Amino acid sequence: MSFTPTQIDTAPPVSRSEQSTGRAGDKIFSGLSKGSGILLLVIMASIAAFLTYRAVLALSKNEGNFLTTFDWNASANPPVFGIAVLLFGTVVSSIIAMVIAVPVAVGIALFISHYAPRRLAGPLAYVVDLLAAVPSIIYGIWGALFLVPQLGGLNLWLDEYFGWTYVFDKTQVGVARSLFTVGILLAIMILPIVTSVSREVFRQVPRMNEEAALALGATRWEVVRMAVLPFGRSGVISASMLGLGRALGETMAVATVLSPSFLISLHVLNPGGGTFAQNIAAKFDEANEFGRDALIASGLVLFLLTLLVNGAARFIIARHKEFSGANA
Amino acid sequence: MKLQRKNMLRASALGALVVSGALVLTACGSDDNTKGPDGSTKPSAAAAGDIKCDDAKGKLLASGSSAQKNAVDLWIKNYMAVCSGVEVNYKSSSSGEGIVAFNQGTVGFAGSDSALKPEQVEDSKKICTGGQGINLPMVGGPIAIGFNVNGVDKLTLDAPTLAAIFNDKIKKWDDEAIKKLNPGVNLPPTAIQAFHRSEDSGTTENLGKYLKATAGDQWTYEAAKKWPAPGGQAASGSAGVAAQVKQVDGAIGYFELSYASSQGIKTVDINTGAAAPVAATPENASKAIAAAKIAGTGSDLALKLDYATKAEGAYPIVLVTYEVVCDKGNKAETLPAVKSFLNYTASDAGQKILSENGYAPIPAEINKKVREVIATLG
Repeated sequence: MSFTPTQIDTAPPVSRSEQSTGRAGDKIFSGLSKGSGILLLVIMASIAAFLTYRAVLALSKNEGNFLTTFDWNASANPPVFGIAVLLFGTVVSSIIAMVIAVPVAVGIALFISHYAPRRLAGPLAYVVDLLAAVPSIIYGIWGALFLVPQLGGLNLWLDEYFGWTYVFDKTQVGVARSLFTVGILLAIMILPIVTSVSREVFRQVPRMNEEAALALGATRWEVVRMAVLPFGRSGVISASMLGLGRALGETMAVATVLSPSFLISLHVLNPGGGTFAQNIAAKFDEANEFGRDALIASGLVLFLLTLLVNGAARFIIARHKEFSGANA
Repeated sequence: MKLQRKNMLRASALGALVVSGALVLTACGSDDNTKGPDGSTKPSAAAAGDIKCDDAKGKLLASGSSAQKNAVDLWIKNYMAVCSGVEVNYKSSSSGEGIVAFNQGTVGFAGSDSALKPEQVEDSKKICTGGQGINLPMVGGPIAIGFNVNGVDKLTLDAPTLAAIFNDKIKKWDDEAIKKLNPGVNLPPTAIQAFHRSEDSGTTENLGKYLKATAGDQWTYEAAKKWPAPGGQAASGSAGVAAQVKQVDGAIGYFELSYASSQGIKTVDINTGAAAPVAATPENASKAIAAAKIAGTGSDLALKLDYATKAEGAYPIVLVTYEVVCDKGNKAETLPAVKSFLNYTASDAGQKILSENGYAPIPAEINKKVREVIATLG
């Protein structure tokens, strides 16, 4: 080690061009990031190609109508299957989840970013983030063994006082293994992601805006309403869409809690219904080669549905950008 | 910084809590449903006597029905303790997956809860050079009808009533049809909540076969792996159905007997027309399987079960798991291992393991033919 300094001393003075070691590094880095981008596109394209290829195989032999048949008997001979019930169940359970989760998540995020004392805000944020670390099968087991029995009372109450809304009219005997319960469970599962993204957005509200509002004599609530929420709106929408993506594709928790059936009913308290991912999980084990192709076809529809939802979200965000205050 | 570190600690403590909670839960979920640990710990001396390794060696892959998983696991354990040159690996998935794997030629034999269908036999000819896939009945078992009705300890049903319960025609436990079968039992007016399997399942198919054969015009659906009837509620897996029956007052559902005995769920006695209603036990299931006829031709031993049997003490709702092999054209490298392993499972010692673990052994007469066929496999 003793001769290290000598080496440095005798090193020839480096020229300017050699000094900017960045050239090679730049090239490597730009290559790597370009490669990652291309890799992502290749993966997406190959997933889409695989799904489409297998789906076309299945659709060509389907004896039912893929869009309107209320049945899934793809391994039978002749195969009969349709996605109507699955599409309905997936959308309805996700809507219920969003209706419950988004307001609560925005509330939690506002509390953490603007109301809670700092000592409380940190731990609370951690607890919410921890919800995201629970594997979905655990949510499923918890839902089936705890949530379902507990919701019996709520269901009776909703049926009795809100039965006139049709939606909350429980017409069938049974425990609460319904789309409504699935919606509640999904709401809990997407809560952390919606909360943490919203929280970060609310934290980035320019201090000047808030202080200006306060200087004009605004109360806390008025500051939130006039400065924070408009600024955070597009962020909250993208957070909700991230959550919606998870809700649409959730598999194990739904498969454990839902009592599936191939009927479409807007009575969300009745047991029954189904979702894409739950149906794939339920049917895959006993499916023959053709049955698997059919399940993959339903997976393709879920893929398209998710794309559509994300596209819609981007559209909404783009329209709201100018009002968001982000450019103020 | 200090604050942050504290938070990290707190977070990791919470994380540890969550993880340990998860472990406890999964431990419950993966409960082995064998009746007891007896017989599972050491290969008995008698068992070893029935195992002949011959020139079997190498790796034997198999796949299929999860219904026979516990039995196969014990067989493999005993077998490999004697024949150390062979590694048997049974992937417990489902009958359908086992047959797919068999017809792709990736496994030595498959386990299936129902015999090969004609088109599956056709497919198998590609793999079995000069032969075809055949069914060897190896493991039997009762399908128990579990119920949970507050205040009712013993319940008798017959096939038409059972069918009417499962297709939503009988809606209350104090229905006249149920009362007539259970004189002296105080049945409450609780609503019936019938549970079936949400995923496709061989258990569903076998219950369907029973109801189709015995319930007359109360049950007109073709037996299939997918639940065919309207109404009722569904849960995933035998474990899921059993959990619902255990939890819900007024519930009734079907699953392998071991799920009922391990969770203390009461099971329905079946009124078959015999002198006394029959309870779901392995012995009673064996008696019903004894009434079966062999429906397969040649070396195929697919059974035609007599679901309408009125034999004393024969429990008619049974499930038979077949081992599917080629009669001719098994792969040369695994053939000795297949023969030697199946010889053991069909032997007296092998079949004895079944009755010790909640399964029903295959009756002697059929079992004798199974052994003869195994000897001729090529």
